[in-house]
Amino acid sequence: MWAFIHKLGSPKWFYAISAKLQPWCWAVAALLIVAGTVWGLAFAPADYQQGNSFRIIYIHVPAAFLAQSAFISMASAGLVFMVWKIKVADMAATVMAPFGAAMTFVALFSGAVWGVPTWGTWWMWDARLTSMLILLFLYLGVIALRGAFSSRDSGSRAASVLAMVGVINIPIIKYSVDWWYTLHQPATFSVTSTPSMPMTMWLPLLVMVLGFYSFFIALTLMRTRSEILRREGSKRWVRELFQEAR
Amino acid sequence: MAFTSFADFLAMGGHAPYVWSAWGVTLFLLLASVWHARLERRQLIKGLKRRERRDQAHRATQQDTAARNAAAGGGHHDT
Repeated sequence: MWAFIHKLGSPKWFYAISAKLQPWCWAVAALLIVAGTVWGLAFAPADYQQGNSFRIIYIHVPAAFLAQSAFISMASAGLVFMVWKIKVADMAATVMAPFGAAMTFVALFSGAVWGVPTWGTWWMWDARLTSMLILLFLYLGVIALRGAFSSRDSGSRAASVLAMVGVINIPIIKYSVDWWYTLHQPATFSVTSTPSMPMTMWLPLLVMVLGFYSFFIALTLMRTRSEILRREGSKRWVRELFQEAR
Repeated sequence: MAFTSFADFLAMGGHAPYVWSAWGVTLFLLLASVWHARLERRQLIKGLKRRERRDQAHRATQQDTAARNAAAGGGHHDT
């Protein structure tokens, strides 16, 4: 186990193994997102109350899932970096932040647009909406804090601490719809309980959620590899990579 | 198929502005993420390759000068 962690923590080993995994992740992501898009937009039946505006669910829910999962991943990577000083974990945390912020924005934007025909308003200071907005600010805070130090190591540690503290917002987001039920409806999608919507609506949603997760993994692998090149560029093994590649 | 025609599909039962703007922004951000990641990687590789080329050229001239100095120095010693 320890040997495995240290091997995984070695940039050289990670660079090699991620090269093998990455194409598969991209292929799965593309396949699932294309299939889920066609299925969700054209084939799933319209909702009997909301009509076709409900098709926004196929991006809104996956984006909201990912917004929170990316934050938990980023904070976990921060913890690994702080405890074991594994640099690859910090590199992964670095590249997860902008994408997590983008997904939070997508969840907020698609929710606002969906809210107009459904609730008659694009925004309300509802607990779920507000805690998601806080999540966006946390992401932006982590990104800004990382860049605010002249030493990279100080920036990494500050960003890790903020991410770990910010994780407290995740259960607040999750339970906000039960604790302070004002506008946003409680969860409609769960992997553990029986779906509350018909299979023809639920399956494309499952496909999209899995597609978004694959996309996140693929993008994180790809950008962590770039981050390795950026930070470890003067290491012998990186230099050898590009001496032969001419 | 939930729609009878392509025009029907585009109209989204009157919800076209909502559905298409939400989907448009999302797909745009996904594609932009891929585009950015590719550009980032390509630029990093370009920079690293350029440095290797420069260093190799630098090493070559150094070796060249050293060889010439040695040859010149050797000649001087002989005479």
